[in-house]
Amino acid sequence: MATVRVQREDFAPGAEAEALAHGRTDVGAVVSFVGYCRDEGGSLAALELEHYPGMAEEEVARAAREAETRWPLLGATVIHRYGRIAPGERIVFVAVAAGHRGAAFAAAEMLMDYLKTRAPFWKRAIRRDGAIEGWIEAKREDDRSAARWSGG
Amino acid sequence: MKALYFAWVRERVGRAEEELNPPPTVETVGDLIAWLRERGEGYAHAFDKPAAVRAALDRVHARSDASIAGVKEVAFFPPMTGG
Repeated sequence: MATVRVQREDFAPGAEAEALAHGRTDVGAVVSFVGYCRDEGGSLAALELEHYPGMAEEEVARAAREAETRWPLLGATVIHRYGRIAPGERIVFVAVAAGHRGAAFAAAEMLMDYLKTRAPFWKRAIRRDGAIEGWIEAKREDDRSAARWSGG
Repeated sequence: MKALYFAWVRERVGRAEEELNPPPTVETVGDLIAWLRERGEGYAHAFDKPAAVRAALDRVHARSDASIAGVKEVAFFPPMTGG
């Protein structure tokens, strides 16, 4: 059963990844991913992340259940932050535990693709000169990446 | 039903949530969008290109042909940009 958290606060990736294997002897692989806020060549002051409370958690949990039906997973943790996030700060965390690395890598990648295209979060860019640049547009490449996991 | 708006849909509509009482002829998400567009300039702007707006019914993604019968909460928002 996956752990899903949507929170304003930062998180500790090492401890979160380690917790998936702690005290167990059946885990052979833990794959983790951390997404950070980029400064876009120095122009970005911060990102403002808006989310749909309730649905965000539920949609991520649905994606995790989908991953559990595809691969023999032994645990998963997904954390997504909201609010104001500055360059260099962490935004998102995905970690998957499995008996073997193949399942863990694949499930972590699927969860990230689903997070980008199906989880109700929206990013707005705030520029260093104080201007609000506006809402970041969804990328076609993210849709294509997510499409790899559907209909197969 | 309760309606929620997020990101630029919220900004254009000018509110984050409201109570909607559409007439019985409004049966689907697409019908609801067409009905909302008639409510004023902000709505018309928000739903200018219906294909650019996504919807969720009771916190589950829904297509424009989905029925809104019995739905308690509808949400409209742009394509997601999380992760």
